[in-house]
Order: sequence, then structure tokens, then C-alpha cells
Amino acid sequence: MGPRNRLLLWLLVGGPIAVFSLWAAFDNTRLYFVTLLNGLTLASLYFIVASGFTLVFGLMRNVNLAHGSLYLLGGYVGYVVAGITGWWVVALAVGFLAAALGGLLMQVLILRHMQGQELRQTMVTIGLSIVIADILLWIFTGQVHQLEAPEWLQGPIRGIPLINAYSAYRLSLLGFGIAIGIGLWWLLNRTRVGMMIRAGVDDRGMLAASGINVNRVFAITFALGAGLAGFGGVIGAVELSMVPGEDTRLLLVSLIVVIVGGMGSVPGAAIGAVILGLAETYGLAYAPTYSVVFTFVILILVLAFRPRGIMGGKG
Amino acid sequence: MKLNRKVWVRSMLAAAATAALAGGAWAQGQPVKIGLLATLEGPFAAGGADGMRGAELAVKQRGGVVAGRKIEVIKASSDAKPDVAVNATRKLVEQDKVEIMVGPLSGGEGIAVKDYSKTQPGVTFINGGSGAQATTLVNPSPNFFRFNTEGGQWMVGLGKAAMDKGYKRVMVIAEDYAFPYSQVQGFMSEYCRLGGKVPEKAWVPLGGKDYSSVIAKIPKDVDALLVVLGGADAVNFLTQYENAGGDKPMLGGSITVSQDVLNYKGKRRDSLVGTLSAGPLADAYDGAEWKAFVDDYRKTYPVSAGGFPSPSLFAYVYYVNMKAALDGLAAVNGDLSGGQAKYREALSKMVLKTPNGDVRLDANRQAIGTTFVTEVVKDAQGNLFNKVNRKVDNVEQTLGMSAADFKIGSRDVPACP
Amino acid sequence: MSAAQWRRAMSTGLAGAAPRVPVGRTAAPSPAPAADPFAHSDAPRWLKHLWRTLAPRHVFTALLVLIFPFVATPFFTFQVASQSLVLGLIALSLTFLAGYGGMVSLAQMTVAGIAGYTMAVLGTSSSPEISLGWPWWVAVPAAVLLATVCSALIGWLSVRTEGIYTIMITLAIGVAFYYIVLQNYSVFNGFQGLRELKPPTVFGVQWRDPLPFYFLCLFWAGAGYFLVRYVVRAPFGIALQGIRDNPRRMEALGYGVVAHRVAAYALSGLLAAVAGILLAWYNALMTPGSVGTGWLINILVIAVLGGMKHPIGAFLGALVFVLLQTFAIDVIDRERFNLVIGTVFLAIVLFSPDGLLGLWAKLRSRLSPTQAMTSPQRRQP
Repeated sequence: MGPRNRLLLWLLVGGPIAVFSLWAAFDNTRLYFVTLLNGLTLASLYFIVASGFTLVFGLMRNVNLAHGSLYLLGGYVGYVVAGITGWWVVALAVGFLAAALGGLLMQVLILRHMQGQELRQTMVTIGLSIVIADILLWIFTGQVHQLEAPEWLQGPIRGIPLINAYSAYRLSLLGFGIAIGIGLWWLLNRTRVGMMIRAGVDDRGMLAASGINVNRVFAITFALGAGLAGFGGVIGAVELSMVPGEDTRLLLVSLIVVIVGGMGSVPGAAIGAVILGLAETYGLAYAPTYSVVFTFVILILVLAFRPRGIMGGKG
Repeated sequence: MKLNRKVWVRSMLAAAATAALAGGAWAQGQPVKIGLLATLEGPFAAGGADGMRGAELAVKQRGGVVAGRKIEVIKASSDAKPDVAVNATRKLVEQDKVEIMVGPLSGGEGIAVKDYSKTQPGVTFINGGSGAQATTLVNPSPNFFRFNTEGGQWMVGLGKAAMDKGYKRVMVIAEDYAFPYSQVQGFMSEYCRLGGKVPEKAWVPLGGKDYSSVIAKIPKDVDALLVVLGGADAVNFLTQYENAGGDKPMLGGSITVSQDVLNYKGKRRDSLVGTLSAGPLADAYDGAEWKAFVDDYRKTYPVSAGGFPSPSLFAYVYYVNMKAALDGLAAVNGDLSGGQAKYREALSKMVLKTPNGDVRLDANRQAIGTTFVTEVVKDAQGNLFNKVNRKVDNVEQTLGMSAADFKIGSRDVPACP
Repeated sequence: MSAAQWRRAMSTGLAGAAPRVPVGRTAAPSPAPAADPFAHSDAPRWLKHLWRTLAPRHVFTALLVLIFPFVATPFFTFQVASQSLVLGLIALSLTFLAGYGGMVSLAQMTVAGIAGYTMAVLGTSSSPEISLGWPWWVAVPAAVLLATVCSALIGWLSVRTEGIYTIMITLAIGVAFYYIVLQNYSVFNGFQGLRELKPPTVFGVQWRDPLPFYFLCLFWAGAGYFLVRYVVRAPFGIALQGIRDNPRRMEALGYGVVAHRVAAYALSGLLAAVAGILLAWYNALMTPGSVGTGWLINILVIAVLGGMKHPIGAFLGALVFVLLQTFAIDVIDRERFNLVIGTVFLAIVLFSPDGLLGLWAKLRSRLSPTQAMTSPQRRQP
């Protein structure tokens, strides 16, 4: 796409957004900025969950449709652990580990034996998601499970200019998102494992040919991706509560974020998450009836004009 | 309990099969087959299970026999989807050959089952828990009876209580589908008439969990928020609202501060104390029949066996409808012959004695009953319960308006900004 | 072997002549072409063709499906058989797309839903303020046409990327449609949906009665089945299978890969659209729940359950699914139905990726060892 076309695209997309922002900011400044913050914090949660999904796909070409169930698993485990120990941070860690363990088992016991049969792997993950979701429903019933935020994160932060008060916990989501983003960047760019993962994303055959135990790299990546979903689950259990049905919703979110942002790209996941989070919250604030449809319209537009996603280089 | 139920269902089925083989649509002494449909899957699974408990309680209270005939309950399950509910009902009616059908649970299912009932004139359909207005107002079916009041009726009295508390401006936050529309209408028809104002209504898409945008839109000058969300979403909303620094008092819909929410395993529930709400029952009502009903429920379904600490709304409405089915049978001595004509007439004219008062049916076979306005209070053990604020009797489906003026609630009806 | 011999050997086919082996070895005598037992008969050509291709099991199945409704209860005919046929037809569209085209689309139920909703909006329903009230012979074809076009559009959106994207994209599109019909009240009547969708009374027959409805579904399911069987042997179908196996090579050979794929989507959309109309008539309503994620995945489960290598697998899977769904509550806890279906699905994908048909084929080859090498005619779909 030539530079002139790119400028045109930016104008076409950015123009209406700029106009809308100007109007909204003057119409109800507080609402506009609160919604902005809401969108960014929601995007952080979405990024955490979707980054795991995109890692798994990028390296192993495996569309893990059980990603949502792993989110739910992590959330429920975290809930139970928080109830037993009373420490939210411990719950975070255990939620991450539980989901990572689940993912590891999935990869080592089942998916490894189907390497190369991408469609079959995807269908296995569909079956696993149905089974896991129903088992969790059996154990925890359809009742609401709301995890409590730790005391140091509860309540509003007051005295912010323009906005007055904002939920401390939601701000912490932003912090988590940034931390995970930096952590992933460091992992992928500054460690040996990350180097192997990046090499594998580029050319799996060469990775194996260089004598690296590809199966181990796959297992680690899958565990990491699943763990991120579980981590997101514990965080989401506080903000959005745990209820059957969240797994499908978060899976869909991951799908859209990754399609929009580009498969296999962590920065792409960040961009996609920001777009999705902002679209959802602004839609809910200014046009609630069709807010959900906005996100899908964005998806369709991206698919129509840039099928590989915004940052999707190697599809 | 699960094993018992499996064995029970299987033996019921065997009994039903034997009865079917024995033949004969009507025979004194023959067991009467009643189908029972509730949502045992999906979002209302907990409510559906309690609904079945309520219906079974009504059967147990009669010792499993009515007018000399043994009662056989054949169960079916749906997941709040109308097509699944109709399939399940069709199986009960056409395959298991039930003579009376009790169910379903959710509003959309109820309308679909009502449509189906018109194709089966030989079977009497009694509602389970569905509370959509259109079921009995639009194209009612001659063999579909609803002995429980519906969503709009459940909110009568709350408008006046809100005005009495000094809430002159209220914002509505509700889910975007038929049941909350009816609830909001039930509240607003009285509230607007008394001079209250509803400047803003926020209709949240079904399944949406992020209320931050809705909270951001709450105007500074409203006195209270009318929150008509289901259990899970209500809990979520309350948490997010408090965290965002909100402190406005709340008014609850009938399923908002219900047993599900009061029971939930978090600590956020302290903020619920003082919330006004309205519905067809009140846990702490001190009527003698109600207390007997609650004791009976607690004895039959202790918490250790999966029951709730107090019967939920679903248990109650299913109990009322099943009781109506059985009382009607008793009134005609078990005679379901002649296209069940005598039975249906008995049902139409019956004054049903429920734990909360008397229920009569109107011309559309819709219940005229009692609504309670309640307030949330904490008891000595720290459990939350709904204390009765007011009891309103003889609530009609048209909410005090004439049938010609009455329009079914929607996003914009009624409106008083 | 000379070029002429090679050409002759190729043209007589695999089951035919072995190539002439040169000096030193006894050449295996090339078997004469199978004697045509009907060559001398006076019967018309089409009858001879039938006699040649029909096997006892075909006759048996045909008799079974034709006679069955007269001996079974109306409930069975309607709820079990007709529903299986309709769901099977939708699953057939997926089998065609996935088994022969290599594209697993989770939006087949969405296409069926589009057809059903369009018919409800254009025809008569319980919401007179929405439905236009057009006669059925306008509304139904229009609905099928619109749904087919939408399916082609969905295909166009999904096929320009890697194969595995298709599942994700079609799932997202399917859920998008669900939310549109859920939130919109002016056209789709939102949560309540559109009810009282009845088939018309044509030729004095009430088509919603169990028997006529069954034969209606049987007719369309059969038409779809034979259409798919025909298409997969036609040049288009062969090209499609070639694209499934190696798109790059097909592109190099000059076949428009994207065009073929979109056309495949359109054809499967046609099947799903017809089934969608029947489904709307079966349920007598069209609600968001009919096109939700649950049903999108159920169609995939049905197709995989039966086996995606042969069109009959779709109907087999649908029958098993409907039987499980209807009678599960009598045997197991209905609350755990999802667990049962999910486990069955998982087991099939893990151990018998060709579904029930694959199991059946394995059983047959196990039980008749002399037939270990099944002849090509039998193996090809």
C-alpha cells in the first residue's frame, strides 16, 4: 500500500474518530475521559488473555478454542485458593499455574500426537472446551462467584482531575497489562527461550534442524499461553465475576483481538486489544443498543481489507 | 440425592410405561401423569433446580396422591431457549403422554410453549415460572393457565414506596429484553403517575458484564437507581459501582435482590442493606401459611442436600402452579375426561389458596395475586433477608389501566423523563 | 514399457490391465472387462444403470425411510426423524464444505438462520408490524436467495487467508449475527424472535402435520444429498477437492482458487438455506437462541460425529444427536448432556476422526479380512 493510500486510510478511519472525540469531549467531558480509561483498562485485560492465544497460534499454528475454558479454570481455581488462604496474590499465582498445568497436559497428552493436523487439533480443543466448561459448571454450579479484590486495591481513588473518582482495581488492570506486556517483550527478546520461540514462529523446520528440542519449546509455549489465560481469569474474576458463559465471551474476545491485531504477533495483540476495548466501552457509553455489533463491524472491515490483521506479517 | 433421583425417575418411567400399556385415557384410580419442565441447564440452572423442588413439594404435600389417583411427575429440562423448550414439551406431551403440563421457566420459552399448547387441545398447560406479559395478553391460548403473577405485576407498589422514601428522580439500569421491560413498566406506571421522573434508562445488552460505561453515565441529580438485572449481573454491577465511588441508593427488580444474590459467596453484599424491592414473595413475611410453607421447604430440602436457605422465587411460583394443578384435580375428583373440560372450568373459576394469599384468574387465564414491597435487612446471624414493607393484594395484569390503554412494556414504553 | 503400452494401461484404469511385463517374467493375464450382465437385456438404459449401481443396502435404506413414518408414532416421525433430516441437511452443507472443500465453517447455522429470519420477515409471523406478509412462493425463494448470497459473502471474507483462519472468522461472524438479531427489535424482534412460522397449505395438505412434513424434509434432504454426490464427481467438485489438497498446485494449473472456494460456500449456503426454511417451520419460530454459539458448535459436532468423508455421515450424525438429545433425560442426568456430547465428540476426534462412518469402515475391514483391499469403486464417495 503506497504512502498516499496509507494516508488516505488514516484519514478515512481517523477522521470520524477525531470529529466524534471533539464533540464528545465538549459535550460531557467527564464521561468521555472516564470511558477512555474504562476502555484502556478493559483492553489490558483483553490483552493479557489474547496474548496467550496469539503466542500459541503464532508458534504452533494451533487455534486453541479451549482458551476460554482455561480462563474460567484459572478464575475458579483462584477463587477457591483466595477463599482458603485469603491472599489474592497467591490466588493469582495459583490460577496462573493451574491453567498452565492444564495447558501443558493438553499439549503433552493430546495435541502433541497430532502435530501437523491443524484442523484435528482445533476440533480437539473445541471438544475439550465443551467438556471443561461442563465439568466446571458441575463443580461450581451456575451461581455467581465474585472474587474480592485485596484491601489495598479496593475502593475508589479520589481526587483525580476531571474524573473525580475511579476504581483503583480497574487502574491496577492497566498496570497488570503493561507489566505483562513488558514481561512478554523481555521474555521473547532477551531470553534464550524467547529466541527459540521467535525462531520457531519464523521457521519451525529450521528450529528442529538446529537440534533444539522442539517439543519442549512447544510445551513451554502452550503452558505459558494457557497460564496467561488463567491469570486473566483471576483478574477478571474480580472485575467481571465468574459465571459460565464467560469462557465463550473471552474466547470470542481473544479471537477478535488476534484477528484484528494479527496472528502470532504480541504487539498486534496489544493494538487489537486497545481497538476492541475502546470500541466496546465507547459503544456501551454512547450507543448501547448496538455496541456489540460495532466490534464485529471492525472485525469485518479488517477482514475485508487486511485479512492478515494489522500487524499480521506471516499469516 | 442424584442417585435417588435417577432411581426415582426410572421407576416413574417404568410406572408410566406400565400405565401407558394398560391403556385408557381416563380411569378412576389410574395414575395421573404430569409433565414438569424447568431450565436445568444454562444461566438459570440453579433457579430451575429450585423450581423443580417447589413443584415436587406440592406433590409431596398431597402424599403423591390426588383424588385417589397416584401422581406421576415426568421431568424434562431446557436451557432457556424457546426451541429447546418446545422440543422438551413435545416429548412430554406426545411421547410420554402427560395429561397436564407444568412449565416452562423463562419468559421466551413460555410464549413458545403457549403457541404449542394451541396445537394440543387435549392437554392442559399450566405455567411454571415464565413471566412474560405477552403470554396471556397477546393471543392467549384457551388451555394455557398461569397461576403466578408476571413481571409487571411484581413491581406494583414499588413506585409508591420509592416516592415515600423521597426518590423523586430515578435512573433505570436494566437488561435489554422482555422481562426487564415488564418490570420497568410495572414500576413506572405507578411512579410516573405519582409524579416521579425517570430521566435516563440504560438498557444493557444481554450478557454484558462491563458496567463501567453505564456507571459513567449516571446523572448527578438522580436520587436512586432502579436496577433490574439478574443475579450474576447485579452482583457485578454493585461491585463496579462501589469501586467507581458510587453511593446512590438502589431499588431492585424482583430477581435482583433475590436468593441468588443474597446467597452469593462474596463480601460485597453489605452494601445491599436498605435496598427496596418488590416481588411475588418476601422471605420474612410473617403470614402463617407462608411460614408453614418455608418450614416445609426447609425440612424437605435442607441446605446440606442442595436446597436454598429459603425458597427462592422460582421454587415459589412452581409450587403455586403445581398446587393449582393438583387442587383443580381434587376439585373435579380426578376426572380428566371429555377433553378435560370440567377440569379447565374448575381451574378458571378456582380461588387458589397460596402461602401468600388468594389467587384468582382473569379472563385471559392470568393470575390476579399479591405483590410484596420489601427492604433488605440483616438479621442477628448476619444473613441478609427481605423484610416486608407493604403487601399489595389483587394486582391485575393491566396494572390498573384499562385493557384498551394498556401497552406491553418495551424500551420506550412507558416514559416520563 | 513403451509409451503406447503406458497410455493403454492408464486408460484401462487401476482395476484393469496390469502393464505388459517384458521378457523373462510371465505376464499376468490382463482381466477382461467385467461382463455386463445387463448388456443383452431390453430394459431402458436408466434402469440398467440403476441395476448396476444399486446395492442391497441402498434398496433397504430407501424402503426404510419411505415406510418408516407409516409405522412409527407421529412424535417419532416429527421430532426425531424430521428434525434429524433438517439438522442433517445443515450438517451436510458443512460436510460438503469441510470434507470436500477443506474449509470448516462454523457459520452454517448462521446461513440457515438468515434464511429463516428472512422468510419470517417477508412472510407472515406473530409480529404483523414487522412481517411484510408476502405469499410463500415469493418469500421462500427470496429468503433462500438472500441466504445463499450471504453465504458467498461470508466465504469471500473467510477464504482469502490460511485455512485454519476459517473456523475463527466464521465463528466470529456467526456470533455477530447472533448479537444483531438479539439487539434489533425493528426487524428481528430481538429476544422474542419471530413466532408462528407456518408452512403454507398447498394442494389442500397441511404441511406441518407430521407425515407431510416428514416427506417434505425427506424430499429436500434427498435432493441435497444427491446434489452433493453429483457435484463432487463433477469437474467443479474434483477441482474443489484438488484445492483442498494442494491449493498452490491448483493455482499454478490455472484454477481460480478463491473463486472456487466462494462458489463452494455459495453451494453449501444453498443447502443450509433450504434447511433453514425447514428448521423455521419445524420450530415454528426463529429466535436468537436458534443461531447462538451453542447451535453453531452443535452443527460441527453433528458433522464430525457422522463422518465428513461421505455425505450420508451428516444425516447419521444428526440422527444420533437428536436421539441423544431427546432421550438422554430418561437415561442420564439431563444436566450433564453437554458433558456427554462433548466427551463423545472428543472421543470421535481422538480415536476415529472419520466419525461413525470411519468406525463402521474399520469394523467392516476387521470382520471381512479377504476384502482388506477394498476396490476403488466402493472406496470413492
